[in-house]
Amino acid sequence: MSDVVVVDYGAGNTRSVRAALGHLGYSSVVSSDAALIRSADFVLLPGVGSARSAMEHLQSTGAAQALKDRFDAHGRILGICLGMQLALEHSEEDGGVTGLGLLSGTVRRLESDRVPRLGWAVVEPWNEAFYFAHSFACTSEETIATSDGISAAIHRGSFLGVQFHPEKSGPAGLSFLETCLSPA
Amino acid sequence: MPLARLIPCLDVANGRVVKGVSFVELRDMGDPVELAQHYSDGGADELVFLDITATPDNAQTMTSLIEKVADVLEIPFTVGGGVRSVEDASRIIESGADRVSLNSAALANPGLITDIADRFGSQAVVVAIDAGDGVVHTHGGRRATDVETVPWAIEAAARGAGEILLTSIRMDGHRRGFDLDLTQRVRDAVSIPVIASGGAGNAEHVAAALRVTDAALVASIVHENPAGLPGLRREIESFGITLRPLRKSND
Repeated sequence: MSDVVVVDYGAGNTRSVRAALGHLGYSSVVSSDAALIRSADFVLLPGVGSARSAMEHLQSTGAAQALKDRFDAHGRILGICLGMQLALEHSEEDGGVTGLGLLSGTVRRLESDRVPRLGWAVVEPWNEAFYFAHSFACTSEETIATSDGISAAIHRGSFLGVQFHPEKSGPAGLSFLETCLSPA
Repeated sequence: MPLARLIPCLDVANGRVVKGVSFVELRDMGDPVELAQHYSDGGADELVFLDITATPDNAQTMTSLIEKVADVLEIPFTVGGGVRSVEDASRIIESGADRVSLNSAALANPGLITDIADRFGSQAVVVAIDAGDGVVHTHGGRRATDVETVPWAIEAAARGAGEILLTSIRMDGHRRGFDLDLTQRVRDAVSIPVIASGGAGNAEHVAAALRVTDAALVASIVHENPAGLPGLRREIESFGITLRPLRKSND
């Protein structure tokens, strides 16, 4: 069995995140299979596509319920970018989308002077630069790290979500992923 | 604001990095995967690959190249050249690229910008503008259109582009610095990030561009001395620009 299930939304680039997992010595499989999501050692919700099409795909495959069950059973989940945002209750994207609701909070369009917010930015309090590429961001009381005042990470129970792309953040990103994946 | 970005650009023909002395006379500069890895290790913030052959039968070569690059690279990269449809963009992104760059196809069919942005998000769509004498050019900068540069940038952004890659035809290849005035005018007109391109000859030129915009594209100055990238970054920082802090394994 693979170490990591990368949840499939039906579109986009999952190759980079799988390559990063491979560099760290973890095998992975891209799937939306509910049983696999419930039983995997580790589940990664990647950051691809739009909120509506991703949620529709998760609902229609049963992956959404499997993710909720997994969260309730304290199974570890890492959400990246859109994968972080989908964990909240609601998103403004695509005219309004109901999220998984694993954590409290909503996703709002960025109001910074340049959107999309593209590039490397330092995340506090971790004092490390990671790569961001987003037009929406989380507003959540479960924020544990920020970047330019924007939520960069949210955490509750067995869910950790990050707005940046660790798989695109060089040695700092790989080392972050390694810490996330190492047995608790 | 995110930190200023330094972006090496690799022109690719038939699976190799090339340097065009003139458009017909291409010099082999090496293996794209090796060079990409090298620049990533040296602290490039992103990379751009431009397929300058971009013929339909070349698509398979490019796809396999993108897959190889995605498997070794842990920084974002954009692929441009010959992206003419949502299917082209899907193939490139699903092979592992983060973003696609559209040029003449976006001019011919501006709706393509929206179609790709709707599917993959605005952050995945770069619109490349080759600008000269106030108008957009096609065919590698050799053919002027009647489309004005600044209005086209505004339209591209309105249609869903996530970034403008702005090349000054006048400055490109001369290594006397970027067209700062053009860059400033386009950046002031849009609310998406703008990459300045064309004219980088030294660190001071790059620093000057990064004072007016979000990112700078470099080619010859890094290709001639790939090992010099960390030094170039330090020199740019000595002019007061803050680039991302590198880890030891990056330096």
